[in-house]
Amino acid sequence: MSAVVDETPRVRTLELEIPGWPGHVAGQHVDVRLTAEDGYRAERPYSLASAPGEAPAITIQRLEDGEVSPYLTEDVRPGDRFEVRGPIGGYFVWRPNDGGPLFLAAGGSGVVPLRAILRHRRNSMSEVRARLLYSSRTLEDIIYRAELDGDDVVHTLTRAQPSGWTGYARRVDTGLLREVAWPVEDGPLAFVCGPTSFVETVAAGLIDLGYVPTRIKTERFGATGGR
Amino acid sequence: MEALDGNAIGGMLYQVFGGEMTMAQAVCRRCGARAPLAECAVYLGGPGVVVRCRACHNIVMVLVEVRQMVCVDLSGLSKLEQPE
Repeated sequence: MSAVVDETPRVRTLELEIPGWPGHVAGQHVDVRLTAEDGYRAERPYSLASAPGEAPAITIQRLEDGEVSPYLTEDVRPGDRFEVRGPIGGYFVWRPNDGGPLFLAAGGSGVVPLRAILRHRRNSMSEVRARLLYSSRTLEDIIYRAELDGDDVVHTLTRAQPSGWTGYARRVDTGLLREVAWPVEDGPLAFVCGPTSFVETVAAGLIDLGYVPTRIKTERFGATGGR
Repeated sequence: MEALDGNAIGGMLYQVFGGEMTMAQAVCRRCGARAPLAECAVYLGGPGVVVRCRACHNIVMVLVEVRQMVCVDLSGLSKLEQPE
């Protein structure tokens, strides 16, 4: 691990130096494996937060009862080593030739692989339109907030909103998707990442709007799934 | 327990099959539904990993790691095909 960026009070990005790293595709993840002194091992998948061509980086949210995330968000220091397997995944990935327009929907730290896609789109000078719908609990929980200001991002804050907040202030549902998602006639390609309930709500809502199921890519995570 | 999806076990599948498997098409032996493994429902909370068909909830795959060996039961699948 070579560098740390604090994203929110509970979320950090770790930049990694991995010997022999073959490069990755936007949307892929790595498995991080920690081994305790007694031999006990815990392994969790974490999405790559960086774009292809950039150093591999992972963004981790601390789970209070987690086995891996407390170490990665509190204890690990630049220069420390841990075991990483990857890059992994061929389904929840985007390459510029896949086109769009891209409709990205993130619940909480589900924004991580979508940030890699947005960065890759920008770095590759892709002309594919991309919009991100990003659901967070509060303003302080928004990961990559400053960076995302440069993109077409629609925020919704589900738990608390600062005074003067002009964005959405409710959970994502079909009505909200109808206002925000690209129209079906544009042939959009959707990527949805977040907790299981968020992903299922958004995917079902997009299908209600007429999105083609095979053009909706989903990735779910939970407390046991890491990230 | 909440279901995740096949993306979460991409690394384990890679280790078992020796290649990227989340795009492999799984055909359910019970109902015939076909889906990439990435879209199948995955339960991680038990002693092993259980993969279920999203259409009929049949168990299509079970992976259990015992002493560094992964035991795989594919009897719920009628086919597992890599895309062209």
